[in-house]
Amino acid sequence: MITAAVQEREHYLNASYGIKSWLLTKDHKRIGLLYLATITLFFFLGGAFATLIRIELLTPQGGLVSSETYNKLFTMHGVAMVFFFLIPSIPASLGNFFLPMMIGARDLAFPRINLLSWYLLVIGGLFSLFAMLAGGVDTGWTFYTPYSTTYSNTWVIATALGIFVAGFSSILTGLNFIVTVHTMRAPGMTWFRLPLFVWANYATALIQVLGTPVLAVTIVLLFCERVFHIGIFDPVLGGDPVLFQHLFWFYSHPAVYIMVLPAMGVVSELISTFSRKPIFGYRIVACSSLAIAVLGFLVWGHHLFVSTQSVYAGMVFSFLSYFVAIPSAIKVFNWTATLYKGSISYATPMLYAFGFIGLFTIGGLTGLFVACLGIDVHVTDTYFVVAHFHYIMVGGTIMAYMGGLHYWWPKMTGRMYPEAWAKLSALVIFLGFNLTFFPQFILGYLGMPRRYHVYPEEFQILHVLSTAGASVLAVGYAIPMMYFIWSLRYGKLAPANPWGATGLEWQTASPPPAHNFEETPVVTHEAYDYSTVIGEVIEVG
Amino acid sequence: MSAHIDSVKTYALVFAGLIFLTVATTYVATVDLGPFSVVVALGIAVCKMLLVALFFMHIRHSTKLTKLVVLGGLLWLGILLTLTMSDILTRGALGVPGR
Amino acid sequence: MASQAHVETLALREQFDTEAQQKDASTLGMWIFLITEIMFFGGMFLAYTVYRGAFPMVFAVASSSLALILGAVNTVVLLCSSFTMVLAVRAAQLGQQRAIILFLILTLLLGGVFLGVKAYEWKDKFEEHHIPGPTFHLEGVATDQQGHAQLFFSLYFAMTGLHALHMVIGVGILTFLIFQTRKGRYTADYMTPVDVAGLYWHFVDIIWIFLFPLLYLIDRHMK
Repeated sequence: MITAAVQEREHYLNASYGIKSWLLTKDHKRIGLLYLATITLFFFLGGAFATLIRIELLTPQGGLVSSETYNKLFTMHGVAMVFFFLIPSIPASLGNFFLPMMIGARDLAFPRINLLSWYLLVIGGLFSLFAMLAGGVDTGWTFYTPYSTTYSNTWVIATALGIFVAGFSSILTGLNFIVTVHTMRAPGMTWFRLPLFVWANYATALIQVLGTPVLAVTIVLLFCERVFHIGIFDPVLGGDPVLFQHLFWFYSHPAVYIMVLPAMGVVSELISTFSRKPIFGYRIVACSSLAIAVLGFLVWGHHLFVSTQSVYAGMVFSFLSYFVAIPSAIKVFNWTATLYKGSISYATPMLYAFGFIGLFTIGGLTGLFVACLGIDVHVTDTYFVVAHFHYIMVGGTIMAYMGGLHYWWPKMTGRMYPEAWAKLSALVIFLGFNLTFFPQFILGYLGMPRRYHVYPEEFQILHVLSTAGASVLAVGYAIPMMYFIWSLRYGKLAPANPWGATGLEWQTASPPPAHNFEETPVVTHEAYDYSTVIGEVIEVG
Repeated sequence: MSAHIDSVKTYALVFAGLIFLTVATTYVATVDLGPFSVVVALGIAVCKMLLVALFFMHIRHSTKLTKLVVLGGLLWLGILLTLTMSDILTRGALGVPGR
Repeated sequence: MASQAHVETLALREQFDTEAQQKDASTLGMWIFLITEIMFFGGMFLAYTVYRGAFPMVFAVASSSLALILGAVNTVVLLCSSFTMVLAVRAAQLGQQRAIILFLILTLLLGGVFLGVKAYEWKDKFEEHHIPGPTFHLEGVATDQQGHAQLFFSLYFAMTGLHALHMVIGVGILTFLIFQTRKGRYTADYMTPVDVAGLYWHFVDIIWIFLFPLLYLIDRHMK
């Protein structure tokens, strides 16, 4: 009978029915769910490629697949994960759903553009999917010229076009977020009352808008060179392949912050909610998001230390790279300080937040190693780098993404997930992750290069450890997939504010009505003011 | 929103200025100014851009936010150009063995 | 959407509270779109800067092979179209329906003239073997530097081609606006689409303002 009670109240999920009501929806919440489904698909696709890579690396002889196939596997793993999962992950799914609610708006500023951007991601995804099914692409996700323009005989153009189209999806999402935050805030919602998740997504949107067009034009030039033989980067004509790398990394380094800034935003929400304290130094944490967005554009040359970039430029970029550590460290320290004397509860989202802080710290500190010109010359293109960026992207972004998904799942679906299973899988993911990637630091330090599937036998033990960890990690990701689907039907009904959190999104019903709020909220308090939360916090776990 | 409505005369003057600058830049290109010809050509282009942006695009009447957005865009273009050229122009500048 | 019986003049979308808010959002949205365009063309301006710095002499010779008169005329045509566009926006601010349509059509025609001249220039390049590729040849450039000249023409075609693509999109937007104006969609109180389309058109003009001296006017005096 409880289910019947829920269906009586109208909310965004039962406001209209049918496939058309989803595919033509302008509701940011439904579009958020469409994104969620799309990126989940690509996450498991990228995961499948990763699985094949790890199985191949079990043995040093490289017996399972040919070298050509291995090249395609790591390329398609990178393409699927970076462009179709990590970049849209938090902003396009959770951000789409919650950014308007958190600022007290009925929708984003441009709902139709929001829907368009989802379609662009799907179209881009289909292009890339086609390339993968038709025979794959082997350039690495970085598409370095002249290999990608002249020599590779794989599906470079289809993949690159897919990324080009998906890039416009990202640009439009960013544009929509910036305009929404500027013009759609509820009465009383001043800039320094915005939740930190909104600040983080705003900073991310700035990067999406300023960086992605450069990737787009780079792909256009690559396309012209490969298809029409209009050489821009062709060394035969006197062109400079390193120029391609400059253009590519001008976007793709800030893209790392597109991936991790929203994750930091999620963690800020989680840390505050589950220690029932305002974030220590709220304003400086908010500004540090902007600082990361700006500084992120000044450091791309650290990807070119061994690419015949000038030594002077290498020194400049190495020096500038260290500055990113400052706002990143501010965040980590301030989260930690928030915990001090907090009333901490260890619900699943908080476990993921703890996981994020630990793993991001390792990823960030090893980032300082590879930002150092002298060290990087030695570890470039080794597993040290692979381990470093997986600590940021998997250990950072995906941990926060999972944390955010658990945190907001009751609001999105109106159902609670099973807490015991969730805690178990959080633990499995944390252990599996470390077992997978920590050995890779050692592998890289010992000299194991990335993108090779045949390796000296003395590396095998570490590779076996890593593959074992990947198996554990796969189980860790499969469990939430199952219990989330299970919870849609059998989960406990979620109250409006199960965590006793302060954000506006918790002041409306779960799931929210189609227009988010029965009436436009008026904001009278700072963010994370727990004196305003009335009612019992239900006990979980 | 009742925006400022400029007079046709203002627009006509700006337009005349733009045409004058176009003729000027075309003529100056045929005169040998040595390395300064690039400077003059780009200087005139910047003037034309300012005329179009300030008057035709109404930036002189627009909000601080719009001005900030425009300046931000130009600044980021500057970052792209400056930092890349810091590599291109200094290749082999520091006598490092092997480079 | 479904055809509506009455003509909506004050089209306030449901996510906004006030018309001022809606106008602010649209204007800001267009400006942010324009800075993405700055960065998009910025990548090509960077490539241009790098290669012009590397091969100044070849670039000067290649630049001098372009038709100066056509380039200059096209610049004037585009500036005229910006002038008529701004008059269309002004007419919209004053709510003068007929004037909006007149100036939009003039802008459209001038845009068409620009594209026509551009197409004619490209055809010339084709006949002169100035299209990058195996048959490329530029007179006055040594054999071992033909590649550098190809880089110039690669940039020329990429930059003018993408600029022309933006013009074509602009022409499409203008056509849409003309039909909407005829339906009486825009009044002095609601003319945001005309306003933001104007921003876009002027921006495309500004890109050309830079392309003209950079592509056509390199060291012309040497010839």
